[in-house]
Amino acid sequence: MIAEPDGPEDRLRRFATIWSRAVFPVTSTSLTRPEFEERLLPLARRLSQALHARPLDADEGRAVGAGLVTAHCTDPEALSRTLDCVDAYLVLYCGAGGDQEELRARCSRLQHAMAAGFAQALRERTLAEQEAISAAALQAQGVVAQALHATEARFRAVFEGAAIGIGMADLEGNILQVNGALLRMFGHSEQNLRARNVKEWTHPEDAPQTWTLYEELVRGEREHYHLEKAFYRPDGTVLWTNLTVSLLRDADGNPQYQLALMEDTTERRLLNLRLRYEATHDALTGLPNRTFFFERLEKALGAGQSQRFGLCYLDLDGFKTVNDSLGHAAGDRLLVEVADRLQSCATAPGEMVARLGGDEFVALTTGPDTEREVDELAARIMNALLAPISIDGRELTVRGSIGIVEGPAGTRSPAEVLRSADITMYRAKSAGGNRFELADEEADARAITRHGLTTALPAALERGEFFIEYQPLVHLGDGSVRGAEALVRWLHPQHGVLGPDRFIPLAEHTGLIVPLGRWVLEQSVRQARAWRERYDDAGPLRINVNLSPCQLTHPGLVQDTVDILERAGVEPEALCLEVTESALIGADDDLLKPLRRLAEMGVDIALDDFGTGYSNLANLRRLPVSILKLDRSFTQSMQQFPADPVDLKIVEGIVSLAHSLDLAVTVEGVETGAQAEQLRILGCDTAQGWYYARPGPPDRLHELALIDATG
Amino acid sequence: MERPAWAPRSIDISVPSVSRIYDFYLGGSHNFEVDREAARKAMEFMPGLPKIMQANRAFMRRAVRFAVDEGIDQFLDIGSGIPTFGNVHEVAQAARPGAKVVYVDHDPVAVAHSQAVLVGNEDAGVIAADLRKPQEILADAEVGRLIDLNRPVALLLVAILHFVEDADDPYTAVAQLREALAPGSLLVLTHASYEGIPLPPERAEGAVDVYKDIRNPLIMRSRDEIARFFEGYDMVEPGLVPPPLWRPQEAPEDEDPYAFSGFAGVGRTA
Repeated sequence: MIAEPDGPEDRLRRFATIWSRAVFPVTSTSLTRPEFEERLLPLARRLSQALHARPLDADEGRAVGAGLVTAHCTDPEALSRTLDCVDAYLVLYCGAGGDQEELRARCSRLQHAMAAGFAQALRERTLAEQEAISAAALQAQGVVAQALHATEARFRAVFEGAAIGIGMADLEGNILQVNGALLRMFGHSEQNLRARNVKEWTHPEDAPQTWTLYEELVRGEREHYHLEKAFYRPDGTVLWTNLTVSLLRDADGNPQYQLALMEDTTERRLLNLRLRYEATHDALTGLPNRTFFFERLEKALGAGQSQRFGLCYLDLDGFKTVNDSLGHAAGDRLLVEVADRLQSCATAPGEMVARLGGDEFVALTTGPDTEREVDELAARIMNALLAPISIDGRELTVRGSIGIVEGPAGTRSPAEVLRSADITMYRAKSAGGNRFELADEEADARAITRHGLTTALPAALERGEFFIEYQPLVHLGDGSVRGAEALVRWLHPQHGVLGPDRFIPLAEHTGLIVPLGRWVLEQSVRQARAWRERYDDAGPLRINVNLSPCQLTHPGLVQDTVDILERAGVEPEALCLEVTESALIGADDDLLKPLRRLAEMGVDIALDDFGTGYSNLANLRRLPVSILKLDRSFTQSMQQFPADPVDLKIVEGIVSLAHSLDLAVTVEGVETGAQAEQLRILGCDTAQGWYYARPGPPDRLHELALIDATG
Repeated sequence: MERPAWAPRSIDISVPSVSRIYDFYLGGSHNFEVDREAARKAMEFMPGLPKIMQANRAFMRRAVRFAVDEGIDQFLDIGSGIPTFGNVHEVAQAARPGAKVVYVDHDPVAVAHSQAVLVGNEDAGVIAADLRKPQEILADAEVGRLIDLNRPVALLLVAILHFVEDADDPYTAVAQLREALAPGSLLVLTHASYEGIPLPPERAEGAVDVYKDIRNPLIMRSRDEIARFFEGYDMVEPGLVPPPLWRPQEAPEDEDPYAFSGFAGVGRTA
């Protein structure tokens, strides 16, 4: 609509403009002022019409007042400015053609109505908005409450349905809430359980830190702790749990509650204990076993400076005989009885008895004073074995050998101690048994070296650490070299060259003597052939090889010897096997049979070390021997001058006896010319010794033989 | 019933809320005494605070109309607060019937109120979410129902970023939102600043402290810091300016001096 300048419409617009300019600064509308003016224009028109309407309609004034609120003029200042504006300009701009006095009165009444309308609309709007925001707040709270309710219901289900026990208490230890699982674990009613303060839940097996951790937690110094803890149930049984306690804080971080989660581990613990018992105890005797003993020994050896330990290592004497003659069941019963008696010997604190296996037992004592205690312990054990043990109506006498090791803690490892005890026990046993011996370092060292050599033997043979030296055998009549004795040596990587006395008994013990002996025989026979090939003109050289008792009984002896001779292409006559007198004492026909076979084939058999044992002279003729080797003890006495006439007589007698049995006589250990001469006069056939040559490499013998042949 | 991710542990209306304080500044009665008390305390330091809000609302109104003129018909208003009048959906849907609007706020009361106001308006919705978790906003079902992220969107961050502390990394949050928008989208943003306030800074600080006291600290940022929120976007003329100077429809010199506090601007994706 285009307003006619200064016409009624134009004047109405000018009024609206003035009104909007007055009110706009106190509104908070986001409209621009011209936009705002457009909002006021209809209100201005209604006022203008109301000014002239008859009768005066106060409702129109109220509607315009309410319209202001609708246009977001909610500040009371907007009403004030509106009324100022209406008062000053409404009649002026919109009162054309009327009684000015009357119009002013009507305007005034309209203003009253506008104020009332504004107030009422503002009140309604305010109330509506308050209602709306409260409703929104309520609704939002409702959503949260519902969510919380759902959450709580869910958490309650988790709490109640959990398989682990859950309990909550305040920081004073008053129990506030527990779940079903916890009640079932404890076997308490909730009432009973809650009646007791957390701090009363003590148990003698509580770990030392248990209650320190608790105090730290409730003081807020610790967020949680975890431990194994036992509780008493009302029926007196024990509940073992895996317990985790956590501190719960409020929104400001202040400690508020403690939360305990516990898992019943009673069954698992029992099972573990049983498994542990079974793993650490001997099923037959119920004594601690080797594993348990080693744990205790390790602990004892790792104890403080002033602590000592004493160990008795017991092996029953002749237990094998019991087993073999009365059967294993009887043997087992014997062991059980021995175990019981031993158990009663070691009852003091720090003492224990264990079965290591078989008929081996150990008793351990620990503390500062074991030097005295261990002897007493060993004596008690020996004493406990004195009374015969009755098995199946038989009274069995049990004896044992004990090795004792005693010393300060922290110096040796369990394995070292036990080895020392084992060695010492064997010393007691080899001294006749039924006694105890104290460990002695030197004896240990010897045994340890022996042990080391024994274990190194098989590899040594494979690695070719053995070699052979030859000591010539010289004919006493003409001084010619007739042969040589093969002597095996071990070039040990650590110990250097070892003589046969150091390792042959060990090889004998482990059975390695058979392959080692075969190797010596092979080498020697091969050497004999080499000599024959190269120095045939020097006469036939015979090779003497030692046979150990173990080889004698080996079923392959004859066949092996034949094979070796054939392979080397050496005549049996070139070989002499030396057997010690002691190996043949009491020999029956079975043992002699292989020797006989060899002798029949032409192999000479020499009886070595003759005169050291109880030689059954009558037996000599039964043996397939052709040579007697007199022990060096006879020749030793001839080193003095003049020689002992008794010895001379004995040698002379032996030689005479030998010759009458058609046996040749060889003497060992000849060291002087006088000796040699004496022996020659006595009628000995051949000799060996340092006077002629020490044992040496095969080439040395060549030289000797050649000298002999040429000279 | 599942507990909604946004649902706070409790709603405490004895604690002032910035959206209800905002409503009070704008002459509304959607507030409680605690809100009014905080608002009055802030106004003791800065009596012109309502004029700042009004200038923000007026800028937003102009910016929404600008967006409609640019052909945009979907609006994402984060930090919408309590809609008293002159809201985005009113302005946008008046200028372009059928325009889609989603309001986002993390104040559950504001959300509940908005839901009540929007009953019957199929083209507008409200969700409870937090600007600090933009991926949750973008993945929201209501957002998906109303807004097609493959077409240009007007993203409104009006008077909200100054409530996000640097520790909560507002730049990353805004960057994630910017990256989710299709080419041609607009970022409409206002932010409080000491720059432009017709008072010595120490007085303005008094008002800032009030917000600190109600545990909704107001983070005043410099113009340069505010400009970084537009990184990668082209500024629409006249750039980042005091709110009344952004495409004014009448002589800005008529404006209240407080209206020039802080900055407003619109950016466009390349």
